[in-house]
Amino acid sequence: MLSCERIIALVFALGLLIAGALGASAQNYEAALAGFTKDSFNDTDSAIGAVAASGNPLALDVIQALQDGRLLFSGDKVFIKDKAGATLDAATGKPAAAPPDAANVRLNNRLRRSVEAALGGLTLMSNDPARRYEAAQAVFKSRDANALATLDAALAKETDGRVKRALSEARAAVILYQASASENDKIAAIGTIKERADQDARGLLAGLPTGQGATVQKAAADAITSIDNRLALWNMVQNAWYGLSLGSVLLLAAIGLAITFGVMGVINMAHGEMVMLGAYVTFMVQEIIRARNPALFDASLFIAVPLAFLFAGSVGILIERTVIRFLYGRPLETLLATWGISLILQQAVRTIFGPTNKEVGNPSWMSGAFEFGGITITYNRMWIIVFTLAVFAALLGLLRFTRLGLEMRAVTQNRAMAASMGIRTARIDALTFGLGSGIAGIAGVALSQIDNVSPNLGQGYIIDSFLVVVFGGVGNLWGTLVAALTLGVANKFLEPFAGAVLGKIAILVFIILFIQKRPRGLFALKGRAVEA
Amino acid sequence: MTSSPLIRALDRSAVTFILVLVAIGVLVPLLNLLLPSSSFWHVPTYLVALWGKYVCYAILALSIDLIWGYCGILSLGHGAFFALGGYAMGMYLMRQIGTRGVYADPIRPDFMVFLNWPELPVYWYGFQHFAYAALMVLLVPGVLAFVFGWFAFRSRVTGVYLSIITQALTYALMLGFFRNNFGFGGNNGLTDFKDILGFNVQAQPTRAALFAISVAVLILGFLICRTIVSSKLGMVLVSIRDAESRTRFLGYRVENYKLFVFTLSACMAGVAGALYVPQVGIINPSEFAPGNSIEAVIWVAVGGRGTLIGAVLGAAVVNYGKTTFTSGVLAPYWLFVLGSLFVLVTLLLPRGIVGTVRHYWAVWHERRDAANARAAEAAPKPAE
Repeated sequence: MLSCERIIALVFALGLLIAGALGASAQNYEAALAGFTKDSFNDTDSAIGAVAASGNPLALDVIQALQDGRLLFSGDKVFIKDKAGATLDAATGKPAAAPPDAANVRLNNRLRRSVEAALGGLTLMSNDPARRYEAAQAVFKSRDANALATLDAALAKETDGRVKRALSEARAAVILYQASASENDKIAAIGTIKERADQDARGLLAGLPTGQGATVQKAAADAITSIDNRLALWNMVQNAWYGLSLGSVLLLAAIGLAITFGVMGVINMAHGEMVMLGAYVTFMVQEIIRARNPALFDASLFIAVPLAFLFAGSVGILIERTVIRFLYGRPLETLLATWGISLILQQAVRTIFGPTNKEVGNPSWMSGAFEFGGITITYNRMWIIVFTLAVFAALLGLLRFTRLGLEMRAVTQNRAMAASMGIRTARIDALTFGLGSGIAGIAGVALSQIDNVSPNLGQGYIIDSFLVVVFGGVGNLWGTLVAALTLGVANKFLEPFAGAVLGKIAILVFIILFIQKRPRGLFALKGRAVEA
Repeated sequence: MTSSPLIRALDRSAVTFILVLVAIGVLVPLLNLLLPSSSFWHVPTYLVALWGKYVCYAILALSIDLIWGYCGILSLGHGAFFALGGYAMGMYLMRQIGTRGVYADPIRPDFMVFLNWPELPVYWYGFQHFAYAALMVLLVPGVLAFVFGWFAFRSRVTGVYLSIITQALTYALMLGFFRNNFGFGGNNGLTDFKDILGFNVQAQPTRAALFAISVAVLILGFLICRTIVSSKLGMVLVSIRDAESRTRFLGYRVENYKLFVFTLSACMAGVAGALYVPQVGIINPSEFAPGNSIEAVIWVAVGGRGTLIGAVLGAAVVNYGKTTFTSGVLAPYWLFVLGSLFVLVTLLLPRGIVGTVRHYWAVWHERRDAANARAAEAAPKPAE
């Protein structure tokens, strides 16, 4: 029993101690708060530092409110107005009505920097790694020397690798700009900042005040050169990525054309409209899903792909059966007739859906982006590249391993011979045209994710697709692949120098000249049959 | 056989056609200028301008028929030559504005002042002289066609490949002219013209005169084309169209023949554009749009390619249809009509209007001659 009492007494004593400590902290905090009531910038500045240093759980709220202009004072009381407009007593955190004469604590630019630094310091210890990371980035930019102690403390207990790197970069930035730091420390700091290798790091090093030691200056200059090289490299990677992305779009649009042109020698001017139809199928699918079962939205593209293939493919077969088959052997007339069809399709869609752009949403797995090294990769572009390659591989497999593919290749190489071997060339023509159109429809599903879905969607791609096919050579899918990627990458690499439009013109001129040199494209079929 | 190509060119239908054109070229301006507007026969000025536009399109169609109908070159970029000729004329008209522009700059056109161009670019020099501008109307499309054709025909780019790269050519030019820093007014193009050779562009007599001149140029173009296609040169062109390799094996330099007609045709298209601009009052980059060039091809197809008269007729008929449709409640359906025209003409009327008429005319004549011959054969017998 006695021991029991003792324990209770001990607990009591401990409790008193803790309460005393808390009381002391609360006193510090309240004393610091009083600085805000003086309505003088200098007092406010010291109050910011003191509140941040007090370690009181309300400190973060107070500083945040100060930054947002929600900190009021009246007499010797300080109030926080929360986002809903209710006021709290800053000292206790309890709701309290502010007197009508309460005025905002004013800030100037110098104080705003202090506020940011204080916030950075306070959030450096936050429990949320994302907030710690942001705080470290804020310190990296503000280079606030006061945060150094907090940084060291935060670094010591940091476990998250990414945050830890950000913290040490922030620490390096502070040290680099500290006049009192030793040369060795500064050189080590430069090394850390060099690793970061982005525009901010470059700006930090370039803005280094003069009067540094020779070794520090040299190290900084070297680091800048190294960062510049790294940035240039990433820039290249970025351009290559954009080019790849553009190339995949071109490939997707052109691949169906390559098939119809390759097998049948038919220039299908309505190909772009097949792409457009595919995009509208996606729109319809999404509309129905929105109306009936919104939970399926993420799967909308998977539903749209086969539907778009079937729809565009059947429209293609219809066109082939009703118009194109009467025009074989007259490629120029086919060109005109299919142009007419493209006008009709465009106008039909315009009449049904209206001339404005239709809203086609990105499923959640296609929106957003992620960082890869020095570049940002958006998910929709990435998935389109993957999708294009999948379609390409599927088509290649179809041509190589199926009966239909075999017959298609036979007809491409020598129509008369294929016919005499018993292949029904007319049927192959219809199926080929359907296949090419169906793939255009699939392309439309993908393009609906990155482009405006309007009746003119196809027009934007048709000339580019032709150039890809002509450049790559007829009857060879690999040629189309190489041509599309080459044109895409070349386009994006020209853009920084020449601008988007001049870059495009340069590509057009290049292709016109290239056709002179190799009139049958990069990968021309060889043999007598194609010369006919 | 010994007669000059010009005499041979003027067969009965050609003479009739020219007479009809002369009548139109004389009557329409006269009916517009001399009759009071209350008269039934009065031709309102807006119609003169509209028909003048058709005549310019007809010249363009003629130039396309010359290369497509007779030489098998399907250019989907002839609108580019038309527009270049138009821009050359437009530049002359811009320089004529002088201080009457919004910014009243004596040298620089308004858009250059607006875009803060310090001075006139070098390629605008000389355009204040009509003769120089007229030379450029021929030269710019001609040189472009010559260089382009020289590359294309020498490396034997034919058929759809040629069509596609001509389309790419006009597309590239369109992208270029849409840019402000190209120095041709960006997407607004050149407009707000005041006068041409000292005459007010908007004035009724000027419009009538422009119409008459356009018809005269159309007649001249028709004569040139007729002369070419009925000469030995024309025979070679047709043989190139029908069997290019065979013609080459017979020893003809196919590429030179093609280059010649292509360049000539581009110059004609340029002149058409130059006459078009003062009558329409604006030239902008949308004239380069690939769709325009293809539309011009369909005029020829509707009228009948390889007939020359058909090209002129087709341009007039299709554009009349376009005006009728797009100015009324039927406007949204015009593209259906145009699209169906493309499909139906190629499927059902491959010879075009004039070609079909001529074909059945020839069939009917043949039958009549055959019947006459049979009758002549049969007739003497009883007399025997």
